Amino acid sequence: MELDSKIPPGPIAEKWTRFRSTVPLVAPQNKRRLEVIVVGTGLAGASAAASLGELGYHVKCFTFHDSPRRAHSIAAQGGINAAKNYANDGDSIFRLFYDTIKGGDYRAREANVHRMAEVSVNIIDQCVAQGVPFAREYGGLLENRSFGGVQVSRTFYARGQTGQQLLLGAYSALSRQISLGSVKMYNRHEMMDLVLVDGKARGIIVRNLVTGKLERFGAHAVILATGGYGNVYYLSTNAMGSNVSAAWKAVKRGALMANPCFTQIHPTCIPVSGDYQSKLTLMSESLRNDGRVWVPKKMEDVHAIREKKKKATDIPEEDRDYYLERMYPSFGNLVPRDVASRAAKKVCDEGRGVNATGLAVYLDFASAIERFGKSQANVKGIQNPDAATIRKLGEAVISEKYGNLFEMYEKIVGEDPYKTPMMIYPAIHYTMGGLWVDYNLETNIPGLFALGECNFSDHGANRLGASALMQGLADGYFVIPYTIGTFLSKEIRTPATDTASPEFDKVEKDVRDRIDHLLSVQGKQSVESLHRQLGKIMWDHCGMARNREGLEQARIQIRQLRDTFWKEVYVPGKALEFNPELDKANRVADFMELGEMLVVDALDRNESCGGHFREEYQDSEGEALRRDDLYAYVSAWAWNDSNMELTKEALKFENVELKSRSYK
Amino acid sequence: MKLTLKVWRQADPQAKGRFETFSVNANEHMSFLEMFDVLNEELLAEKKEPIAFDHDCREGICGACSMVINGQAHGPLGGTTTCQLHMRHFKDGDIIVVEPFRASAFPVIKDLVVDRSSFDRIIQAGGFISVNTGQAPDGNAIPVERDKAGAAFDAAACIGCGACVAACPNASAMLFTAAKVSHLALLPQGQIERKTRVKNMVNQMDIEGFGKCSNTYACEAECPKEISVDYIARMNREYFAAVIAGE
Ligand SMILES: Cc1cc2nc3c(=O)[nH]c(=O)nc-3n(C[C@H](O)[C@H](O)[C@H](O)COP(=O)(O)OP(=O)(O)OC[C@H]3O[C@@H](n4cnc5c(N)ncnc54)[C@H](O)[C@@H]3O)c2cc1C
Ligand code: SF4
Ligand code: FES
Repeated sequence: MELDSKIPPGPIAEKWTRFRSTVPLVAPQNKRRLEVIVVGTGLAGASAAASLGELGYHVKCFTFHDSPRRAHSIAAQGGINAAKNYANDGDSIFRLFYDTIKGGDYRAREANVHRMAEVSVNIIDQCVAQGVPFAREYGGLLENRSFGGVQVSRTFYARGQTGQQLLLGAYSALSRQISLGSVKMYNRHEMMDLVLVDGKARGIIVRNLVTGKLERFGAHAVILATGGYGNVYYLSTNAMGSNVSAAWKAVKRGALMANPCFTQIHPTCIPVSGDYQSKLTLMSESLRNDGRVWVPKKMEDVHAIREKKKKATDIPEEDRDYYLERMYPSFGNLVPRDVASRAAKKVCDEGRGVNATGLAVYLDFASAIERFGKSQANVKGIQNPDAATIRKLGEAVISEKYGNLFEMYEKIVGEDPYKTPMMIYPAIHYTMGGLWVDYNLETNIPGLFALGECNFSDHGANRLGASALMQGLADGYFVIPYTIGTFLSKEIRTPATDTASPEFDKVEKDVRDRIDHLLSVQGKQSVESLHRQLGKIMWDHCGMARNREGLEQARIQIRQLRDTFWKEVYVPGKALEFNPELDKANRVADFMELGEMLVVDALDRNESCGGHFREEYQDSEGEALRRDDLYAYVSAWAWNDSNMELTKEALKFENVELKSRSYK
Repeated sequence: MKLTLKVWRQADPQAKGRFETFSVNANEHMSFLEMFDVLNEELLAEKKEPIAFDHDCREGICGACSMVINGQAHGPLGGTTTCQLHMRHFKDGDIIVVEPFRASAFPVIKDLVVDRSSFDRIIQAGGFISVNTGQAPDGNAIPVERDKAGAAFDAAACIGCGACVAACPNASAMLFTAAKVSHLALLPQGQIERKTRVKNMVNQMDIEGFGKCSNTYACEAECPKEISVDYIARMNREYFAAVIAGE
């Protein structure tokens, strides 16, 4: 198969402008005749559905949640990037583009990334106009902070709830279109499969999760904005319901999955506490602005801490190893996520982890509290403040910046992070891989588009903090409204899709058969326990560090587990009712297949880059060894049960020089 | 710790519900929902039907979880959603009664799962600023006072869980609606539609069958985001101003 990325000609900074002025348009009266299905109401889906509705298309929008506002985007904490350069610290569209390409370890497509950087500035304007209450300076202007992997402050935020506020903005725009009748919203409706007619995406089969009934919906084009697949690892920071099924069904119908092995491990999550654990909680990366990461230098201190004979605060300064500052002096605690995660693994592998399981490091705010306290005392004109006053003032500053995160930590762990350092450990957080899309965000199936985390397009092998929200909203508000015209302008004479056609019959039957199969197994293992087993295989062999032997083993184990699943799974209840176990079973069955593809991709990529660290490929200091001569490509996989097929899209770098990433 | 749970079971919206008693072994580090996971795994092992409940983020932000625990929406701990409540706040031998969020505008779907789409319809009635994509001026074109932005944020922090409705003896949706009205009324961007917004949203609240507010303040006490009842007073002022101006 040949992949055409459809990158427009011209210099990088002009591609998008030229594209917009030459893209075929759909006249308003024709838009009214065209129907678009949008699956997903996260930042990408809600913004797309609202914007397409505003333009006059007939939109049908679906979510498995009980309300569009509950999409997983709601949980994003830290912020959203934009090249506004309000901080006047040298930021620019090119720099955001450059940082994203470099941060992604040179495995993303230049043209897409540049476009995202260009529209980033419009996103902030749009959100402010919607009433998103971003943080502001005393003068009333928007405030910024910095995030990992960059040296400018370009992150806009709304306390620790940026995703919530941005999603509520998009949800309000969507709600307005619903009230105007241009978007019809279907809550608690889960897409079960994709329907192709004459090779084009023309509809979906949906399960009404309340009644269990299967329903058919047709349209001229289908947009998936269904989020990432991090839950293939079972334990992740993703919401419990996040799943790959919509994208996976597209793959089973011929779409390609790109770079599935590029998964992101976030360095600052609350460590695992027991085997009943259902998910992991992220402590926003923004904390690394002010928190310092360390473990004890001496093993005797490590043991004393684990045996609770010593507390973190008992360890004197000179016996602490602030290892990120030591290893990466120029970026320090703000190195990119993959680098920070591997460093945490390294010190824990050395035996210096600070909790009972040995899998935790400290994130310490004592210095920041002192620094802020002194500066506040100064501002308030307090002469020679005592330590208690400094602490109090400093804690107040920290509380204003991160209050909700500190509360969340205390609720979960039961310790006060103002008094004692947080304990953190890396966890699966985000998936850079996803459906292969071209410049138009169209998959290789004509008429099927993918937006947001469910595509692969912008983050290469590692995503920078605060860039997922940017990408989701770029795709939904500013890209798809234009690029969908490349497809729909050719469909203005196509009549409404007939959902009584044999194509719909066939796909609906496939869905029904699979549900019946799941219910008929009546085995002995719960869906949850099978999912947990899959997660363990994935994390052990395809997590922070990977090697050929482990991956080969994992592939065999996943296959066996998939067999076990179909022989042993127990799904209670009936098809035609509200049945959350059945919903879960449907999703986990897909993870069993995706997991294998992820491992196959990791095996193919004989290099280390970004979130994909192959132990065989590291330099003498343990840093990732990229192999640009052999692997500067996007791997796009077609599913085939016996032999997955790889197509490569070569990546061309015309505007940035390929360098080995250094944050030292 | 060994606990006794009395949980509301209801097969579907029409069915008559009843309490069912279970005993479960929990440990103090578990969250309340993880304790339910453990119970459900046990039920599945006995080929019994697990208890249905809504949940997703398990971080207190999506607003999906919704249990009334010993008579309190989201349980005994202030400012906390059900998913963030940990078992260290209970003790061995406790009897815990768990019910859904009850209100006629929140019909039960199954067990502890209710239909809160009435909240979506209140937002659709006016909880937005009418600005199409691409029309916005520069983000810094209109400065917003820091404190005002902060107050708007406090109101915007509502997660749409419906605990305020469940807590209210009249099942009123005033706190939820007031939070959204205040969020937008506090910002310069929200001024143009200020009057129509509050009228339409209050009107929709009545259409959905939510009750009137009788100032018991139970909503504020059980709101996991500690949204202040001051916003209700603000909405009342906004509403009367809008109605008078409209006449
Ligand atoms: C804890 C946490 C914190 C984060 N913080 C940040 C941050 O500070 N900055 C940042 O930039 N990024 C952050 N991220 C990443 C970012 O939040 C996500 O990548 C992004 O929100 C994904 O948005 P989305 O619209 O692509 O998908 P989602 O928000 O996941 O939405 C998916 C939607 O698809 C629907 N859906 C899925 N499958 C189906 C189906 N089969 N049928 C019907 N509907 C379906 C769901 O109901 C949902 O509406 C964070 C992520 C996590 C986990
Ligand atoms: S006001 Fe509070 S209780 Fe009511 S929906 Fe919002 S967050 Fe929930
Ligand atoms: S599960 Fe999201 S708020 Fe409780």
